[in-house]
Amino acid sequence: MKLLSLIEFFRRNLRTTVKVCLAVLVLLVIADAIPALVDKHHAHTKVEHLPGFWSVFGFLACVLIVIASKAFGHAGIMTREDYYDK
Amino acid sequence: MISDLWLHPALILLLGGLLLPLIPAQLRKAYLIVIPLLTFIRIVALTKGVYGEVTVAQFTLTFGRVDELSQVFGYIMGLMAILGTLYGLHVQRTAEHMAAWTYVAGSIGAIFAGDLLTLFLFWEVMAFSSVFLVWFRGREQSLATGYRYLLVHVAGGVSLLAGIVLHYHATGSLAFNLFNVSHAGLADWLILIGFLVNAAVPPLHAWLPDAYGEATFNGSVFMCAFTTKTAVYALIRGFAGMEILIALGVIMALYGVVYAVLENDCRRLLAYHIISQVGYMVAGVGLGTELAINGAVAHAFAHILYKGLLFMGCGSVLYMTGKSKFTELGGLYPKMPWTFLFTLIGGLSISAFPLFSGFVSKSMIVSAGFESHKLWVGFLLMLASAGTFLHTGLKVPYFIWFGKNNCAKQTWDRAGEPTWNMMAAMGVTAFLCIFIGCYTPYLYRMLPYQNAATEYAAVVYSSYHVSETLQILLFTALGFFLLIKKLQPEAKISLDLDWPYRKGGQAFLWLASKPIQAIDTAVGEIYRVGGLVPLMASSRLAAVFDGKVIDGVVDGLAGSVKRLGERLRTSQRGALQENLTMAFGVGAVIVVAFVLFF
Repeated sequence: MKLLSLIEFFRRNLRTTVKVCLAVLVLLVIADAIPALVDKHHAHTKVEHLPGFWSVFGFLACVLIVIASKAFGHAGIMTREDYYDK
Repeated sequence: MISDLWLHPALILLLGGLLLPLIPAQLRKAYLIVIPLLTFIRIVALTKGVYGEVTVAQFTLTFGRVDELSQVFGYIMGLMAILGTLYGLHVQRTAEHMAAWTYVAGSIGAIFAGDLLTLFLFWEVMAFSSVFLVWFRGREQSLATGYRYLLVHVAGGVSLLAGIVLHYHATGSLAFNLFNVSHAGLADWLILIGFLVNAAVPPLHAWLPDAYGEATFNGSVFMCAFTTKTAVYALIRGFAGMEILIALGVIMALYGVVYAVLENDCRRLLAYHIISQVGYMVAGVGLGTELAINGAVAHAFAHILYKGLLFMGCGSVLYMTGKSKFTELGGLYPKMPWTFLFTLIGGLSISAFPLFSGFVSKSMIVSAGFESHKLWVGFLLMLASAGTFLHTGLKVPYFIWFGKNNCAKQTWDRAGEPTWNMMAAMGVTAFLCIFIGCYTPYLYRMLPYQNAATEYAAVVYSSYHVSETLQILLFTALGFFLLIKKLQPEAKISLDLDWPYRKGGQAFLWLASKPIQAIDTAVGEIYRVGGLVPLMASSRLAAVFDGKVIDGVVDGLAGSVKRLGERLRTSQRGALQENLTMAFGVGAVIVVAFVLFF
């Protein structure tokens, strides 16, 4: 099965795959800073004109969601699976 | 009294479902495909106008209001009926297909309803037919979950009906049009609450993960499409531009994301993300601009397909392995690689990756938020977008197909690609998700405000838009892999706002049992003291009477009650449910036929 061998190819070359992905992230921020590539006149606010604004936003959003939700869950919202049975 | 003979598309499904038990086994699969296909063709063939007007007593019921809005919703409901039936094609239980079709018919009927009574009729058809999709799971807890689902929907229905009655009393009209959104009165609020229950707006949302996590593997595929999106349609029709919906929508979008972090069951996680995604639509309805309404419609359309696809993927895992919890799955990619790919496509679509369906629909609502100068709406919805990718795009595929292998040997041995029809349904749905994202005119030409749609089509794939989205999503992915230890699934459940009626029921039982037990003990004590000391002589006789006669009667009574209860419970799980579906289907057809033809 071709799909499976493709997945396994990525898993065998995990280090290279990760490096390529990180390179993509860097390129994305660089592209965002070049006006010829990314035309910012559709931006709605001033902060969006900062290069890589949405990268920082995305990363912080992810960290915030995970940490805040887990804190909320561990404050008593998460409980044992048979909670409603007893 | 009928104005003209007009074939309602819902009637095809209802009648088709009733005839299903009579279809010979060798024709069954073809029949199961043909009926939804005919319904879909009938919907596509509808031309704008008002049809099926029936006068009953002093009321005029309108079964067929066909305009831009009802056409696009009808179209996607019909399409999903085909895909959902294809996915469950091999299901042997006839009543399950009948329940699903009656449910879809309810949804289509509500969408084409031109007046509030017709809307209410089909609204209830939806609730009472979809509950069977939960009950047919057949687990001990399915029955209780189903009853809780009914409890909430009946309460919502009562609110809706009360609102309709008050509205009729005040205005003298039953027409289903925009309500008074700037100065809503009691009637408007009651109707709104009825809609909000079905749209799963917190705090009225807890029925959704409860039921959709418990329904059968293909029942959830149907349920995730119809109830909430019909409610979105009703909100657009009745409450477009109502300010409070903006805030409610944003809260929903974030609420679903928070609970998705905590969730261990993949189908319940997807259910929480329905709340989050419907939040975008509700916010769009609240914004009420042409762009926002287009966005809400487009997002409902795209959502039905990608959420259906996600439930198909996780449903396949459940169907093949019997498991749906991350703590009992993992590392399945060598066993079900195609299911993985299809689920991933669903995940990328819901996350609004460029070239996938969510991108061309969700961004419309966010843009509408920014353009209405409500920056907080735009930024908070962007925050929820990151959460969507984090869970549905990353957590679900990673912890089922990769990650730590938590599979028991039995789970691992059972795992494998599902049946051909399930694969075909996932393949077609995945294709549509990509097609919508790549070829925007397909969806945009169906939207109610054509000028706004054309305007937006020119900017949707602008460089800034693509750059903005890719940055958010890919940096969320970076965060996911850095925080993966914190995201490890935990074998726990999260308390939600179904707590009051789940624990409340238990408290009621406790109240009922404890005082009664106390009285019983007290009576026993009086009897013992009063009977033992002064009446020592006759006590022997009394004891014999008590021991032989009373106890015998009481024990026998208790025993027979227990036996009856057990018999009732098993019959409720089996034949009784099928009979009820049948009876309900017949009832629905009779009611519809009666008002249409007499």
